[in-house]
Amino acid sequence: MGQSVDICGCRSKLGERLFHVGCWLAILLPLSMLIVLVADVAIDGIGRLDWGFIKGYPSRRAHRAGIWPAFCGTLWLVGLTGLLAIPIGIGGAVYLEEYGGNSRLAGFIELNIANLAGVPSVIYGLLGLEFFVRVAGLGSSVLAGACTLALLVLPIVIISSREALRTVPHGLREAALGLGCTPWQMIRKVVLPMALPGILTGAILSVSRAIGETAPLILVGAVVFITFTPEGVDSQFTALPIQIFNWVSMPQKGFMENAAAGIVVLLLTLLSINLVAILLRNHFQRRRY
Amino acid sequence: MADSAHKIHARQVKAWFADKQILQGVDMAIPKNQVTAIIGPSGCGKSTFIRCINRMHELVDVARFEGEILLDEQDVYGSDVDPVLLRRRVGMVFQKPNPFPTMSIRDNVLAGLKMTGRLKKSEADAIVERSLGKAALWGEVKDRLKEPGGGLSGGQQQRLCIARSLAVDPEVLLMDEPCSALDPIATARIEDLLSDLRQNYTIVIVTHNMQQATRVSDKTAFFLHGELIEFGETDSLFTHPADSRTEDYITGKFG
Amino acid sequence: MLDATASALRTVGTESEPAPRAAGGGEKLIETLLLLCAVLSIITTIGVLAVLLFETVSFFTKVSFSQFFADAKWTPLFANKHFGIWPLVSGTLLTSVIAISVALPLGLMAAIYLSEFAGPRTRAFVKPTLELLAGVPTIVYGYFALVFLTPILQAFMPQVEAFNALSPGLIMGIMIMPMISSLSEDALHAVPNELREGAYGLGASKLSTIFRVVVPAAKSGVVAAVTLAVSRAIGETMIVTIAGGAQPNFTFDPRGAVETMTAFIISVSKGDTPTGTIEYQTIFAVGSMLFLMTFTMNFITQRLLRSSRGKGL
Ligand SMILES: Nc1ncnc2c1ncn2[C@@H]1O[C@H](COP(=O)(O)OP(=O)(O)OP(=O)(O)O)[C@@H](O)[C@H]1O
Ligand SMILES: [Mg+2]
Repeated sequence: MGQSVDICGCRSKLGERLFHVGCWLAILLPLSMLIVLVADVAIDGIGRLDWGFIKGYPSRRAHRAGIWPAFCGTLWLVGLTGLLAIPIGIGGAVYLEEYGGNSRLAGFIELNIANLAGVPSVIYGLLGLEFFVRVAGLGSSVLAGACTLALLVLPIVIISSREALRTVPHGLREAALGLGCTPWQMIRKVVLPMALPGILTGAILSVSRAIGETAPLILVGAVVFITFTPEGVDSQFTALPIQIFNWVSMPQKGFMENAAAGIVVLLLTLLSINLVAILLRNHFQRRRY
Repeated sequence: MADSAHKIHARQVKAWFADKQILQGVDMAIPKNQVTAIIGPSGCGKSTFIRCINRMHELVDVARFEGEILLDEQDVYGSDVDPVLLRRRVGMVFQKPNPFPTMSIRDNVLAGLKMTGRLKKSEADAIVERSLGKAALWGEVKDRLKEPGGGLSGGQQQRLCIARSLAVDPEVLLMDEPCSALDPIATARIEDLLSDLRQNYTIVIVTHNMQQATRVSDKTAFFLHGELIEFGETDSLFTHPADSRTEDYITGKFG
Repeated sequence: MLDATASALRTVGTESEPAPRAAGGGEKLIETLLLLCAVLSIITTIGVLAVLLFETVSFFTKVSFSQFFADAKWTPLFANKHFGIWPLVSGTLLTSVIAISVALPLGLMAAIYLSEFAGPRTRAFVKPTLELLAGVPTIVYGYFALVFLTPILQAFMPQVEAFNALSPGLIMGIMIMPMISSLSEDALHAVPNELREGAYGLGASKLSTIFRVVVPAAKSGVVAAVTLAVSRAIGETMIVTIAGGAQPNFTFDPRGAVETMTAFIISVSKGDTPTGTIEYQTIFAVGSMLFLMTFTMNFITQRLLRSSRGKGL
């Protein structure tokens, strides 16, 4: 750092330039690591990536093992999680933004949501294990997994939906009420249509986080060696991250390759869901008046 | 007390935001089928007062109200009054034109009826034409009813908002500085419109523009620090103000 | 044209009948339903507390506090059972400290650059790109730490074991770095410009303005970013499970294998542990400890964020 008083400014200029370089390194280092990570996984896994791997079932021999049950399990989980978390999350957000106001209860719920967003996912797993699997008697089923993941993503769905609701100008709400709308008519006909693209994008992005969650699913008892795809919500299941974790834990090198290939599929799935969310938003925005 | 010449009677109207008292007890009788202007310096409580009339004031969390406002014979703050039904009789036009951006021009006009589930399909076209006609907008938009309301000019948008309010067939129209976001030509069109509307509606208009008050209103009220200082025929209030504070304000000594 | 509702506030309300309202039962019902959605978050919290408390209490009926807090060995799955939590706590702290010592300097530098030097376009590009890092599933990071970083570390430091605290710690640091940069940048950005101008007016250089005026003014926001990141690191599970090992060593040597609290929970629940057994209850006891630690961090974060907003920063 340069001296505070320095008319010629050479030293502080030099210091500033060095600092600049340091800053760029601080930004580029993590980003280049991300690139190396993706490249490394792709190189490790590309040899195993083929249709047989995608459509294959688990096997004791690495080169014959596939991820079909895990892939289907992940789709089931994400779908169910979205069905549970998105409507409830939007409902909660609408309450907090449109009805809650400054009430004590709303303030308490808000604080509570902020805290829940910081609870480690493995703790949601403990809740799911004890409550959904045992007490509610769902067993180690897709539904128990989805319920657990839904609770996990609910805070972020609520937070992102609230942000979308806040983009609707206050004046439009007043205009609707001024025309004699009830609060719900106003929300239903004015606020939600305007906020929906933002809400949906945020909700899908939030729910897509469930795709990569591993720990809670291990706790609720996702099975590793499974040779069928889920047939209903009460079916046993496995999921992509579970399968990857299982392969990573194996000593043989062949399974490491499988894990890398599985990661490529996982990342591609994540990417395509995010892409859908963004396309959805653009589509709505173009139609928007 | 209530008489047929007056549409609204405000009695000892007091209003608060949290602990801050905005209206200090306003008594005012607003004449039926006339234009009443409210003037006063910024922050004196003009908007708060008219928002008390259609109970929009209470929508703010920290807001509080005391007093009595009679619409015809009925206290709008009576325990059996539904503010939602009240607002269908007392419409409001806001400072910034705010057509619903997700709706076409036509749907904007019908919004109040549609959203509240009171629209008869067979009457829709007639209502659109009549409301836009009253708002002096029909000629300009009749060929583009399907287009978004946000695509109109500011003045047209404001007239669309007026048409939207008229479509629910209110008896009173509250206007909070409806021209402050508009250019002089658009303003003139709205002022012309007001003189037509007064035959069928009771109009209360808040304005910062004293010329506008003299042009459009029959009576004028001067507010200061949440009190009604003077209320009378517009002509006499501006030529022979009874209160020195009114005089100071209209001669530009403060405000 | 319009029906009676438009012409009367009370509609057909006679004295004997209550007046029908536009905002009637349906409205109330909807509001209640929406409220229930929001209240689910409170129920979740209560659920978490109840589950942890219930199983932890059962745990402590079998294991005494002194066995839990005054023993340095953790072997609940062996025949010779020890329940000393400290090896797990030390494993968690070790990996978290490594993560923070990577994430804090990187994150803070990035935040300072974005807030004080970068133009709006650079910021608009760099911020979301950095946040991609936080969106990568942690299992992927775990694989990367184990398969890519650990061998590299071993090439430089032969003492590094195949499972060690260093590699997952470093990777975790990269993962939580955007969290620190993002929140700190918000805090720095919120520092009023008058403060900067005041410092320049006194002849301070840009760097000393940043480090003597801007960063101190944004202190609570920056600290909040750190506490939030610490909480994330403590609760992080898969990276440390995969690359950190499963040996509850009471050590602060980053080259050796450790076991974090989260990794222990996973290692028990991978098997099929029957309800009611002491093994089953240990994961809840450890979970309670984990919850307490992360909750404390989150609580501090919330406090700091609220106090910094209260000051108008
Ligand atoms: N939502 C609110 N919460 C708290 N205070 C408010 C709110 N709205 C208005 N106020 C305060 O109430 C006072 C009166 O506001 P009001 O909008 O009625 O004034 P006005 O006469 O309409 O002023 P203007 O000419 O600027 O529109 C002001 O001091 C304002 O700061
Ligand atoms: Mg006003």
